[in-house]
Amino acid sequence: MGVRVVVVGAGVVGASVARVLSRYEGLEVHLVDANPDVGWGVSKANTGIVHGGYDDDPDRFPLRAELCALGNEIWHRWVEELDVPHTWSGALVVALEGDQRRELESLLERGRRNGVPELRIVEREEALAMEPNLTQEVEAALWAPTVGQIHPVRATVAIVENAVDNGVRVHLETEVRGVKVEGGEVRGLETSRGFLEADVVVNAAGLRADELADMAGVEFPRIRPRRGEYWIFDRSAGPKPRRVLFPTPTPTSKGVVVTTEVSGHLMIGPNAEDLPPDAKGDVGNTAKGLEEVWERAGELWPRLPPRRLVIRTFAGLRPEPEGGDFVVGNTEVWGFVNAAGTRSPGLTAAPAIALRVRDALVELGIELREKGEWKATRRDIESTIDLGWRERVERARDDPLRGRVVCRCNLVTEREVLEAIERMRAVGVRTPSIDSVKFRTGATSGTCQGSFCRVRLVELLAREFGVPPWGVTLKGRGSEVGVGDVKVLLRGASTGGEGSEE
Amino acid sequence: MKDRREVRRLTCIVCPLGCEIEVLLDRGPGGDVRVLEVEGAACPRGREWAAREVTDPKRVVITVVPVRGGDPPTVSVKTDRPIPKSRIPEFMRALAGLEVEAPVRVGQVLASGVLDLANVVATRESRSMGRSLGERP
Amino acid sequence: MRSRVEGRRDVVVVGGGPAGMAAAARAAEMGLDVLLVDEGRRLGGILPQCIHPGFGVHYLGEELTGPEFAQRLASRVEDAGVDLLLDAHVPEVRWISHAEKGVRVLSPGFSGEVRTGAVIYAAGARERHRFEIGILGDRVAGVYTAGEAQTMMDVYGILPGRRVLVVGSGDVGMIVARRFALEGAEVVGVVEIMPYPGGLTRNVVQCLEDFDIPLLLSHRVVAVRGRGRGRVERAVLVRVDEGLRDVPGTETEVECDTVVVSAGLVPRMEVLRELGALIDQATGGPMVNDRLETTVPGVFAAGNALVINDLVDHAAEQGEQAAEGAAEFLRRGGIPATDWVKLRPGEGVKLTVPQLLSGERDVWVYLRVARPVRNARLSLRGAGKEVRLPVVRPAEMVRVKLMAGEVRRAKVGGREVVAEVYGG
Repeated sequence: MGVRVVVVGAGVVGASVARVLSRYEGLEVHLVDANPDVGWGVSKANTGIVHGGYDDDPDRFPLRAELCALGNEIWHRWVEELDVPHTWSGALVVALEGDQRRELESLLERGRRNGVPELRIVEREEALAMEPNLTQEVEAALWAPTVGQIHPVRATVAIVENAVDNGVRVHLETEVRGVKVEGGEVRGLETSRGFLEADVVVNAAGLRADELADMAGVEFPRIRPRRGEYWIFDRSAGPKPRRVLFPTPTPTSKGVVVTTEVSGHLMIGPNAEDLPPDAKGDVGNTAKGLEEVWERAGELWPRLPPRRLVIRTFAGLRPEPEGGDFVVGNTEVWGFVNAAGTRSPGLTAAPAIALRVRDALVELGIELREKGEWKATRRDIESTIDLGWRERVERARDDPLRGRVVCRCNLVTEREVLEAIERMRAVGVRTPSIDSVKFRTGATSGTCQGSFCRVRLVELLAREFGVPPWGVTLKGRGSEVGVGDVKVLLRGASTGGEGSEE
Repeated sequence: MKDRREVRRLTCIVCPLGCEIEVLLDRGPGGDVRVLEVEGAACPRGREWAAREVTDPKRVVITVVPVRGGDPPTVSVKTDRPIPKSRIPEFMRALAGLEVEAPVRVGQVLASGVLDLANVVATRESRSMGRSLGERP
Repeated sequence: MRSRVEGRRDVVVVGGGPAGMAAAARAAEMGLDVLLVDEGRRLGGILPQCIHPGFGVHYLGEELTGPEFAQRLASRVEDAGVDLLLDAHVPEVRWISHAEKGVRVLSPGFSGEVRTGAVIYAAGARERHRFEIGILGDRVAGVYTAGEAQTMMDVYGILPGRRVLVVGSGDVGMIVARRFALEGAEVVGVVEIMPYPGGLTRNVVQCLEDFDIPLLLSHRVVAVRGRGRGRVERAVLVRVDEGLRDVPGTETEVECDTVVVSAGLVPRMEVLRELGALIDQATGGPMVNDRLETTVPGVFAAGNALVINDLVDHAAEQGEQAAEGAAEFLRRGGIPATDWVKLRPGEGVKLTVPQLLSGERDVWVYLRVARPVRNARLSLRGAGKEVRLPVVRPAEMVRVKLMAGEVRRAKVGGREVVAEVYGG
């Protein structure tokens, strides 16, 4: 075998890199992540928007500007190839007063320079005709039809599944502790599961990309976590916009978005709160942050549903690199390639970043020849909720487990859950967790938030992974759903809480 | 001589009214309790309940017992008579190791004379796993 | 399974809990061809997980545990010759005409549409969860609704945690607290936002005082804390004032690994809402007439899908009423037209059911008060009726019979009966 490439970080960027590299003869591609499943870092909690590419100033942030517009284009193809749930709904950037309108004009100009097609400024009447529930205060809006939305974790899962299908090996729950560099060249990675030889290491470590670069002795801008909080409403709650609605952006942020996300729920968020550098795990929700989001969203969308129709709040961290631009390409250490600094629009740019990493390998003199056989497509788990009634009945008649509804709110059947579990195993998931099933099927993410079906998932995960039900986790080791069997404390025996053995 | 009299305050549970009842009692040298007066109860049932509650409080104990090979994997159980409240923790520990084989039917005695206090009776059925789910017996 | 599913039915009952079982049994006993569809693998709804006693005192005249009560009703369902479809989900009921509906069913055994003359919707309720009651902080493991915790423990045999904080002092919250205590877990407290306990005194005594479990009134949980992707480590509490607003500076933290949310139930309304039934904002259930027929002709509601009940006895009773309503609907080709009298909550009353009264029959009126009142005077203004009650509490449904003649009095006036409660 030729060149061993280890991609660190199985988020959407790392996954995209792995997929792109899986296409070439002579590369042995490994994907490493500390999390129990793919897409659980920065990729997990964001708006899922595939941006148009008009936000990023090509003079100040040339990589962002180029890779966002290109990424948008590639996503149009990838969502079809990989069967990723998506909508190409387009977006309106809403200006509320005179000087915001000037900002729209500069966005239009940037979009033009970045090669974004079909941009147009629409006047108040047209904006209101497009979105009748938009604030009456609207003065004008930038209409960007190329903007879309994807489910970011399902997208990452899709990419990884396809990459694995094409020979990529995934190592989950594998924490990188050191990068071995000899004579200015990468040799491998010290991990929690032992040494992993590597000729090339791709740094797609998201929030911790600076730390990984430090391990290799490579200069890298510091990364600060920027927290964003979100509200999600019940599927029945409206009115919902047809398009993604942005406020006019500020220098730090694209602002609080009002959108109908891919699975049909009204969603608002995020705010932008800079946290200290050591708070890279702090994804808690705060009253202050959520109130800020509510207020900002109300400025665009005055008819927000009542709070009792909120089904979930969540928060995510974006990696904010000093300097503000992506950091992609070769470094002073031969074989250490960055694919990092992926603040917004990192999700959009991910496929384009992956192409840049491929180019970096070529720059290193690695010869890349396309494989004769490479599978470009992958099918998603078919969701019952997306089917019409006749199809639902046909499926259930063919397969009884397609007729057994586990998650009532999102109509997820036992077959979908079992298929999710099978696919979890295929990408190397070791620890049974409910969130892995949730992200693949939508189970537990509806109106009741799992109070009916979580325990059914526990039952199925326990059976399929061969662990006791209390050893099933919510989101990986340390989050076991129980502490043991119901008599464990009365017996005074040691508990099975930590005991989810592989 | 030490005063052995004391007043116990209880909230009556006989009916939704929830009377605040005071019971004056006399504690004998052997720990035996004699009720001298019951005040505040709106009805005779309340008075009776309060007197019993201070002299010899008892409860029916409700728990579950694991069922090997059962669907579901537990059955709910109750004691066939109330047991002294003070002995509930001990009783629960005595049951902690109990596990039974499927199937279990409602009314089946799963343990007899536990601590010489009560029998433990199933209140829910558990079938053998072999039978297909949803099938009726 | 014995059941025949295909073919048109007189009545399809959706939901096999106490209300649905009683409805199906009663309808079949009246000679109707009945199919009962339930999501569970066995009948009973939430009863099998409610292993404590206290069920059936009014309806069956003896005190049973939840599973025993379910067993009794299930035998009656079987004896009555009801056809059963278990493990079956009803995502939709389709309107065909006022006299014909299509109940769409997905199940491992049968999937398709069942035609029927009448539908009794008794699909129960769901529990309010942490995100609906504003518990922020970390989204870690160890936060469960009360029913979920009961199911884990008392059906699947999983102990959810060892140091437990219960949010909400309704009967369910207190009963779950006792279950944890019995199994050797430490219950660090039951937190109640109101200044009085939400459930029965009996449960305050037998569930909390018996086990020395602290009850913390006028407090709420604002956040849970835990590390990374782990488990709950602490809960953050705050005191609230009379207006239920947080009192600044009163935050305290409690160590626990489990938070059980028992913050009330919400009727499951997706199917009825899609069907076009009017929903009563006060009950969260459908608006119904005195046959428990919703505003969609031929579709009846009972149990927690109608209004959140405190007693299983009421749910079962509503099931029987709905069955009788459905039988009348089928016999007469629809409920006769009339000038309906509206029943609505007034002073001191939160909700009333049923909302429309014909004056052609006596009717059980269910209502809940807004706050506890001793020596209460319940007035049904418009019907000229007044009832004295020693005590009323929000936790306990008040049930009074209104005579046909009393309802007819309102037909002369404003066609309205207003339920009001006053002290003294």
